Amino acid sequence: MSKEWPLWEVFIRGQHGMSHRHIGSLHAPDAEMAIKNARDVYTRRNEGVSIWVVEAVHIAASSPSDKGPFYEPSNSKVYRHPAFFDIPDDVGAM
Amino acid sequence: MYAQMIKTASNSVKTRDEMSDSERAFQDRIDAGQKIEPKDWMPDDYRATLIRQIGQHAHSEIVGQLPEGNWITRAPTLERKAILIAKVQDEAGHGLYLYCAAETLGVSRDELIEELHAGRMKYSSIFNYPTLNWADMGAIGWLVDGAAIMNQVPLQRTSYGPYSRAMVRICKEESFHQRQGYSIMLKMAQGNDAQKAMAQDSLNRFWYPSLMMFGPPDAESVHSEQSMAWKIKINTNDELRQKFVDQTVPQIEYLGLECPDQTITWNAEKDGYDYAQPDWNEFFEVIKGNGPCNKERLAARVKAWDDGEWVRDGLLAHAKKKSARVAAE
Ligand SMILES: [Fe+2]
Ligand SMILES: [Fe+2]
Repeated sequence: MSKEWPLWEVFIRGQHGMSHRHIGSLHAPDAEMAIKNARDVYTRRNEGVSIWVVEAVHIAASSPSDKGPFYEPSNSKVYRHPAFFDIPDDVGAM
Repeated sequence: MYAQMIKTASNSVKTRDEMSDSERAFQDRIDAGQKIEPKDWMPDDYRATLIRQIGQHAHSEIVGQLPEGNWITRAPTLERKAILIAKVQDEAGHGLYLYCAAETLGVSRDELIEELHAGRMKYSSIFNYPTLNWADMGAIGWLVDGAAIMNQVPLQRTSYGPYSRAMVRICKEESFHQRQGYSIMLKMAQGNDAQKAMAQDSLNRFWYPSLMMFGPPDAESVHSEQSMAWKIKINTNDELRQKFVDQTVPQIEYLGLECPDQTITWNAEKDGYDYAQPDWNEFFEVIKGNGPCNKERLAARVKAWDDGEWVRDGLLAHAKKKSARVAAE
């Protein structure tokens, strides 16, 4: 059995009002230590106000090979963008 | 550099005709400036070369803590001690970012550490030189971190996403390292005769080993072409070395110290200094394991790893027990 500590992905909220962003990974025996290590490794210069950690094995990801087909449905729906609609200038800001 | 003489399996770069369809598509993405991400298809040799390069870079950050760690207990003031601890702690972080980047390529951190301890992976030649006086903390921050920055800044644009992002974080932190080093040198160079002599002695000992950090001259560097096509090496060894010399000589003058290379002369035509090459035989000896501190450095790493085993195991056992208890509730 591997004695290596599991891998955790670290997400940090940089400032109040912002979303958490993936910042990197680290190894730790459990969530509590992962958060402490994340503080020491990723916020040494006040880079964060909140930390999330999640064990890397629990992350499900889309596969890069179906990049094209997977996102295809949105390609044909240009009307989802506001610029699709011509509104006369006379109407004013909208 | 922190990664010197990284071997790729082939010495020649494939022409477009020789490439398979996926290899061609891969090269096109790199040429278009796109980043390659962990789950993307990549040539086996790209993966293997990157594991060696990022692994060696990571090892250098970690082993690189030893020469400076040597002076933490003997720093001249409490403030200098706190600064040096912070600097060395940053290097541990750099090692961690890089090991994590390497792990996205399918190797584990423990495997890389095992390879290092078995002598099958290298770290930068520079860390096999001893730190003999306090001014060495200045020379290392100024010259060694300075040389590292020269290499790492362009690597922020490297083609492999996780490596590039690790470099961005590292570069943000490096400038503190170089400035704290130069500030030590300034203090020493402006001090009494004995202090000034220490600063000069330190510069004398670290000048040529710093030039070696960039690796052998381009004419003898056989592995560059493929790495440059893949954008895992951005500049040639000689380009970076020249840049480093041009940047450093005026800084030596400002300190009022003497350049250890007596032959150094400004060459207006090439808009750079002509400088003497380091002793490349010495470099190859150090790489082979015969530098002044190779054995000591590796022994210190192995000891730290072995002595820490009960802590790693204990924390893991504790974590398992805790989660078993939660599951039982
Ligand atoms: Fe570093
Ligand atoms: Fe550094």
